[in-house]
Amino acid sequence: MSNVLTFTDKGIYCPAGDFYIDPWGRVERALITHGHSDHARWGMGSYLATKAAAPVMQHRLGDVSIDTVNYAETVQIGDARVSFHPAGHVPGSAQIRVEVAGEVWVASGDYKTTNDGFSEPFEPVRCHAFITESTFGLPIFKWQPQQVVADQINTWWTANRAEGKASILGAYALGKAQRLMSCVDASIGPILTHASIENTNDILRAQGLHLPDTVRVTAETGLKKYPSALVICPPSAFGPWSKKFGPQSQAFASGWMALRGVKRRRAAERGFIISDHADWTELNSAIAETGAERIFVTHGYTSVFTKWLRDQGYDAHVVSTDYGGDEADDSDAPQQDTQDAGAAV
Amino acid sequence: MRDFATLFTTLDQTTKTTSKVAALRAFFEAASDSDKLWCIALFSGRRPKRAVTTTLLREWAAELAGIPLWLFEECYPIVGDLAETIALVLPPARQHDDQPLTHWIKTVQSIAPQEEAARKKIILDAWDRLNTTERFLFNKLLTGGFRVGVSQKLVTRALAQCTDQDEAALTHKLMGSWTPDSITFDQLVLQDDPEADLSKPYPFYLAHGVDDIDQLGPVSNWCAELKWDGIRGQLIKRGGAHHLWSRGEELMTDRFPEFAQLRDFLPDGTVIDGEVLAFQDGVPLSFNVLQKRIGRKTVPKKMLIEAPVILQAYDLLEWHGTDIREKPLSERRHLLASLIENLPTDLPIALSKQVPATSWDTLAEARETAREVNAEGLMLKRLSSPYLAGRKKGDWWKWKVDPLTIDAVMIYAQAGHGRRATLFTDYTFAVKSGNELVPFTKAYSGLTDAEFKQITSWVKKNTLQRFGPVRQVTPQHVFEIAFEGIQASPRHKSGIALRFPRMLRWRQDKPLDEINTLEDLQEMLRQFG
Repeated sequence: MSNVLTFTDKGIYCPAGDFYIDPWGRVERALITHGHSDHARWGMGSYLATKAAAPVMQHRLGDVSIDTVNYAETVQIGDARVSFHPAGHVPGSAQIRVEVAGEVWVASGDYKTTNDGFSEPFEPVRCHAFITESTFGLPIFKWQPQQVVADQINTWWTANRAEGKASILGAYALGKAQRLMSCVDASIGPILTHASIENTNDILRAQGLHLPDTVRVTAETGLKKYPSALVICPPSAFGPWSKKFGPQSQAFASGWMALRGVKRRRAAERGFIISDHADWTELNSAIAETGAERIFVTHGYTSVFTKWLRDQGYDAHVVSTDYGGDEADDSDAPQQDTQDAGAAV
Repeated sequence: MRDFATLFTTLDQTTKTTSKVAALRAFFEAASDSDKLWCIALFSGRRPKRAVTTTLLREWAAELAGIPLWLFEECYPIVGDLAETIALVLPPARQHDDQPLTHWIKTVQSIAPQEEAARKKIILDAWDRLNTTERFLFNKLLTGGFRVGVSQKLVTRALAQCTDQDEAALTHKLMGSWTPDSITFDQLVLQDDPEADLSKPYPFYLAHGVDDIDQLGPVSNWCAELKWDGIRGQLIKRGGAHHLWSRGEELMTDRFPEFAQLRDFLPDGTVIDGEVLAFQDGVPLSFNVLQKRIGRKTVPKKMLIEAPVILQAYDLLEWHGTDIREKPLSERRHLLASLIENLPTDLPIALSKQVPATSWDTLAEARETAREVNAEGLMLKRLSSPYLAGRKKGDWWKWKVDPLTIDAVMIYAQAGHGRRATLFTDYTFAVKSGNELVPFTKAYSGLTDAEFKQITSWVKKNTLQRFGPVRQVTPQHVFEIAFEGIQASPRHKSGIALRFPRMLRWRQDKPLDEINTLEDLQEMLRQFG
């Protein structure tokens, strides 16, 4: 049986439709699962993404032309029938379903099956072959319900306010930051944002997503007006930028905070365990629900997760890709390979 | 255990000393005497005996988590801590009741005499009643090695504040061979009679490394002596018995039976601070010789002859039952000298010789040549100094000889543990021998976090082969390795073993073909071994 998708040094390729999915090499035609920079890169001849993903991509990639589709809308490209389905990772994120002569493959990009109340909820797609990430593909990663984490953040923020401290929360600018601001209790106090996050907020609000009121921090912002605020910024802004908020407690929100070692190395006072990637349980249930027999494992704990899937009776393979890096800080990931040595199939 | 878990979490989450002390105080103010006592015990390295092997714990955890053992084993090096790995893989607890710390310690203690099946039942039941942090702590109790980011010093400070007493006096009370099973909180902390326990040592006075000799003022105010590379020890003679304590508060009396002879000559109420050294014909032997004695609880005759030890006496802390730590060093040394002078010369004790402090230049010279007599450098002590508790700046300084160094290339890398589990921090280094690279040492420390991070991302991209957790990497990065001593070692491929190797610098300016050779190491061995 011929392969609907193949794995090349430029990315995931569909010979029947002559297009690539989330390529990292320059190609003529790119189908994009979501706007994170390791999946949506500059320099492609053309782009196709969901309507909800396009505005952020446009902002990040600049002057490129992006064609859009609705979720579940079928597009014929060459001999391939293509459709996009919610991946639950960030707003607009999609799994890309490709069907050629009755054979169905799904490239899921990054995904989580938990409904975060913000991104379009993940929908399982039946297929013969499923391409999955494995960022948190070990049984040590099991997330708490979102509300539990939201309560932890609320408690932390409230306690900091009582002590006259600002609450500085480090989170990735697209997705995680907005998810956090929509799940915390905005009545506790003002929410301030770093420019990189507020730029994304503007775009998401413009496309109709609801976010709580936030204040963009600029050089002119009178910080005295917003005592004991929740300040959401990318982790890279910790340091001189965050210092100006005065007495403060610092925290990171990331799946890696599940590991005490990472938390201690980060030297943040608090680590909130929340991720836009599937945990161990979600990965396994998502894969089972596809009904697929062939599984291709990309970025993350690829070799261990693949071995586990083989133990479970799947025809599983490691695939070497250039993905990975959106989870707050990729260098937090213990012993994942940047370039996995496993054989590409 | 919720209050203890809260304490642990707070200690773990903050790097601020004041917050740590506040959290400890909050715990001490609310907990029962028995929980307080156990808390002090755990934070000072006293823990219940290991009741079950880690092999069994791994098997049971994997079984309960519904994962194969190999998968558990893959997770362990990524988490970097066994107790934490178990806590993370287990399914959520189905019940929760908040039993105090002491209850769980009694549970751990009750396990040891049981059959394997009964032990398993107790542990699985405990796991099913504890949340993730509590499980982690319970596993730490099971596996030993209870380490959190809090020093004994801060625990003592918080406790001193809660009980309104002097910190140094409390430090003294908390020393010695007590366990929570042998003493009450009241006896240990509140009663005012540390002498009740005749074996109890004084807190050791420790020195910092000196940065600037010019700051120390006139040389005539100082006592200089060689800094020996042995085991710092405190010899106690009270009530007709003798005790030898290590700096790590370990009782070493039985390991060094030679000192029993001193019992007949030292008066009761004598405490001497000194260095246990392997010593023969008036010269100290290398640390390797002493090392053979350290691991053994009892000593065969042959070893007593091959590796005889003596105590190089530095200081006198108690004399005729009186604590004389407040007296100036000059006075204490004088008493010590006359005490040793009057002992028979064949006893295994000697007054640590002073280096004549005629000028800073002569001391500098003595420091330079210290390695020739197997010493690590000089100790500088202010003649007027009292004997303080703990590591204090001002009166006592270490003035160590510069380390030996060699340039070598990294050939293997392995992830660290705990805080460093996410980083490749443990490296193996090689020198050249003809066209070959010969591994000769490992090193773990000396680089900044930023450097470790940079190397970690390089290792991920330049892995040639994996051997379990060990990565063989392209030989490319050159490091200057510093070490304190060098010894012949038939067990190593290179034929040598280093003492205290660490990375002094990452030599990004040095290409691979300029690293040192095995011949260079052998030359160092001839000179300093």
